[in-house]
Amino acid sequence: MNSSRNGIVEEINGPIVTIRLPGIRNGEQVRIGELGLFGEVIALQGDEAIVQAYEATDGVRPGEPVVGLGWPLSVELGPGLMGHIFDGVQRPLEEIFRQSGDHIPRGVDVPSLDRSASWHFQPRDDMEIGAQLVSGSLLGSVQETQTILHKILLQPDLQGELLELAPEGDYTLEQTIGRVRSADGRIHKLHLFQRWPVRKPRPYVRRDHGVEPLITGQRILDTFFPLLKGGKGAVPGPFGAGKTVVQQQVARWSNADIVIFVGCGERGNELVDILETFPQLDDPYTGRKLMERTLLVANTSNMPVVAREASIYAGMTVAEYYRDMGYDVVMLADSTSRWAEAMREVAARLGQMPVEEGYPAYLASRLAAVYERAGRVETAECGKGSVTLIGAVSPPGGDFSEPVTSHTKEIIHTFWALAKELADARHYPAVDWVDSFSDHVPTAAGWWAQEVDAGWERRRGEALALLARDAELSRIVNLVGPEALSDSQRWALVGAALIKEGVLQQNALDDTDSFCSPEKQFELLDLMLTIYEKGAELIEVGVPVQELSDLPTLVKSRRCKSIYASEEIEKLREFKEEMVQEFHQIRLEYAKFKEHAR
Amino acid sequence: MSVKEYRTVNAAKGGLLTVTDVPDVSFGDRVQIRNARGERRNGEVIRAARGSALIQVFEGTDDLDLESTWIRFLDQPLEITLSPDILGRIFNGIGDPKDGRPALVSNLKRNVRSSAFNPSARSYPREFIQTGISTIDGLNSLVRGQKLPIFSASGLPHNKLAAQIVRQAKLPDESTSFSIVFAAMGVSYSDARFFQEDFASSGVLGNVVMFINLADDPPVERLALPRVALTAAEYLAFDLDRHVLVVMTDMTNYAEALREVATAKGDVPSRKGYPGYLYSDLAEIYERSGRIKDRHGSITLVPVVSMPSDDITHPIPDLSGYITEGQIVLSRDLHNQGIYPPVHISPSLSRLMKDGIGKDYTRADHPQVSNQLYALYARAQETRNLASIIGAEELSSQDRRFLEFADAFDRRFVGQGEDEDRSIIETLNLSWELLSMFPPDVLTRVSESDISKYHRSAEG
Repeated sequence: MNSSRNGIVEEINGPIVTIRLPGIRNGEQVRIGELGLFGEVIALQGDEAIVQAYEATDGVRPGEPVVGLGWPLSVELGPGLMGHIFDGVQRPLEEIFRQSGDHIPRGVDVPSLDRSASWHFQPRDDMEIGAQLVSGSLLGSVQETQTILHKILLQPDLQGELLELAPEGDYTLEQTIGRVRSADGRIHKLHLFQRWPVRKPRPYVRRDHGVEPLITGQRILDTFFPLLKGGKGAVPGPFGAGKTVVQQQVARWSNADIVIFVGCGERGNELVDILETFPQLDDPYTGRKLMERTLLVANTSNMPVVAREASIYAGMTVAEYYRDMGYDVVMLADSTSRWAEAMREVAARLGQMPVEEGYPAYLASRLAAVYERAGRVETAECGKGSVTLIGAVSPPGGDFSEPVTSHTKEIIHTFWALAKELADARHYPAVDWVDSFSDHVPTAAGWWAQEVDAGWERRRGEALALLARDAELSRIVNLVGPEALSDSQRWALVGAALIKEGVLQQNALDDTDSFCSPEKQFELLDLMLTIYEKGAELIEVGVPVQELSDLPTLVKSRRCKSIYASEEIEKLREFKEEMVQEFHQIRLEYAKFKEHAR
Repeated sequence: MSVKEYRTVNAAKGGLLTVTDVPDVSFGDRVQIRNARGERRNGEVIRAARGSALIQVFEGTDDLDLESTWIRFLDQPLEITLSPDILGRIFNGIGDPKDGRPALVSNLKRNVRSSAFNPSARSYPREFIQTGISTIDGLNSLVRGQKLPIFSASGLPHNKLAAQIVRQAKLPDESTSFSIVFAAMGVSYSDARFFQEDFASSGVLGNVVMFINLADDPPVERLALPRVALTAAEYLAFDLDRHVLVVMTDMTNYAEALREVATAKGDVPSRKGYPGYLYSDLAEIYERSGRIKDRHGSITLVPVVSMPSDDITHPIPDLSGYITEGQIVLSRDLHNQGIYPPVHISPSLSRLMKDGIGKDYTRADHPQVSNQLYALYARAQETRNLASIIGAEELSSQDRRFLEFADAFDRRFVGQGEDEDRSIIETLNLSWELLSMFPPDVLTRVSESDISKYHRSAEG
């Protein structure tokens, strides 16, 4: 399989190179020209093959040699992934920086995982020589970071009899840690790492349905539009609406075991921001550093476009690998639009017939295939694991009817639509409660009822109803002014403003407000709704709306989110009690006043 | 360098030449073209096959014929010559002198298409740049290494604003000024002259490198120009340790040239006829700004992007906005009211502001003040809409206060003189003057301690 074959370059058209190499297979990796640029065969035509190059082809000349490597685009999976940054074809960027300086030199060939590092391997104690192993069998483990116990699994395409397993000790990736005899009698050496082709989903025992929500600490997401672990979500929004901040907040605060952030055709400085801040940030669940459970895949917008197409697959394969260890993995892809555009660019250079907006006809099926790799599964011997995929979408001109957004919308379960109008008014996160949706509310409701409060689903519904009423009333106000509204209608506007400012808006830069526990989320929601209901009762008996909306405690209630930390639920409840008392007092005074007036 | 010339052109259209029966040439190589009268043009190989090549001619293909056009392959990529003497000089789009002075002499030549920065090599931009313009410094702060475009439209004073930024930009505590790289693509002669005179009168000319392609110069040359200019900027920043401010005008002309050539090549068009790779192409340019670990210099990029028919969703501003770290949007409305600079703050944004302002950089209250001004202005805009329907007389006293605020904000905060250089402290103090039009309990986004410190009512 590893027999490399040689051919020559015929033509160069940007990243698309035509080569002559009889016998090469579709999908095979090649190295092009004297520089040894990496590329992948994407079409065959007689003795010629079309190759997409992951690197710029300047300076390549027809007639230069090409070598077929014999395997498809694969990633290396093993200890040493967490906490690092790789490019779209899994080259280690920090190591390349150390070796080659500021720019990424072309044709640079550095193994993805550090070959010199040694890892402390702890074999599974109940493993016996002669045992029949199935694909995905657990062989032992390595403490990869303080947070992550890296389970060493038999690779999915192998099964058979265990002939030998190394004792506990330190091993490098290339040292043999065991041998297995497969059914055909061949003997395979085992290592601490394995390779897997990125375009082929890793197998699992069976699919399972999602059972609990991914908690992100963001109120509009968790409380209003929940996403289950193993679910598929999308964050579409025009530029400047805050997609990146939403994604970074999820990467920062979500209760997943592993976070994989794929910067696909986006800004270099955003990845640098993560690289510089995450090592300083504490994981709210384990208290360790966030970087210990985070992996970055970077194909920034100025890096070659073909590797951009590969980056999502590379990230997904790593995500599946950790899923197979029984972990809950979140993969953030920022942005799937750039990925689709990379596909469009290659399709255009191949002269494929464009359909919508120049995208090739297979856009929808490719998108669906990627999202479908997310899910919660039963693994061979590590229990259940999941991959949650959250894709950012960058619709041109903020138009959600464009092909990538509309096809994505058909595939995903949770849609966090970002609105320019909200962002312009600095309402962050600018998730629009009208356009967003979640199919996971019923399942999430079960979790919330059990873990937080049985009233969650009802309260959530009431808040959305109030917001819908607010939208309706605001239209009237815009036409004829607020004077036309009755007192109870005006109080509804105040109530909706409380929900918007006190619950929906969340300041990512505020230390107290950046993460909000589910308990605090529910308390805040309940507080605002209680204020609204108690006030509505008073207005019913004739208290003027002005008297209520000028209450100084109302201003404080909007600030509760940044006054009380997630641990201070009791204080939040006390404040609610005080508000209820205050309203009660107003009722008594008003009754007295009316009595008097009579 | 090969001295052999070929006369085997078999097609010439739209700035492109196809030559056959030539030896194998490298993709991206430079080409010299000579016509019957011996006039020279420059080109680049944009498709290389066995025995043939497609060449993009920077000066265009007008006046060439198939019989007497000679092609010489230079066997090297497009490079420019660099030395500290580039400061004060004027070049064309491919780096040849345009000021009538002799070409630079130096051994240092660089390929204008550099490979991408390794993200691991970048360092996050954090240092606040004071431009002296309140709407930028106070609400959309620029930091060293950022790419922050000006979204403008025809007839708006983007050139004046860009020139003012060039004159005034500095770090608050440093007197060292920026080196300027000025890249003009398809601009009119009078615009180019305006910048030249402005640089001369403010005495920065010796610190400026200009790359100029005028509206009547060949469009193909515009494709090389930003790359040439940025290669010079990278040299100044990372070889000579200078802080470089790159002003590019106008990116829309660049993108139109790209469309022109793409159409001639037969590329599949996507939106509005622009090629599908417009995003990647713009990103290659914009992403060359930034900071690099352990290097003193930096590249800050301020491109001017004009929005065709004032449309911010047009592909050029739209794709730019997805790549750049924010945008400063100019408004025709404000301009018509005589407000300079007519910066419309609502759609304007600086993504890197959060890390470059506050306690260590400007003043501790800066983030909250900016947030509060934005929130009040958004509310004031709603009130304005309402007033235009029901009349200002019908508004409540509180709503009227918002109207007064909006007017004062537009006139005093947004509006400032072309030579008015406000320090960040002046901008923040002015902000508090405006915030003081409201009682403290309306100001929910600033902290109570800041209110007691800066609010007018606190002064008694």
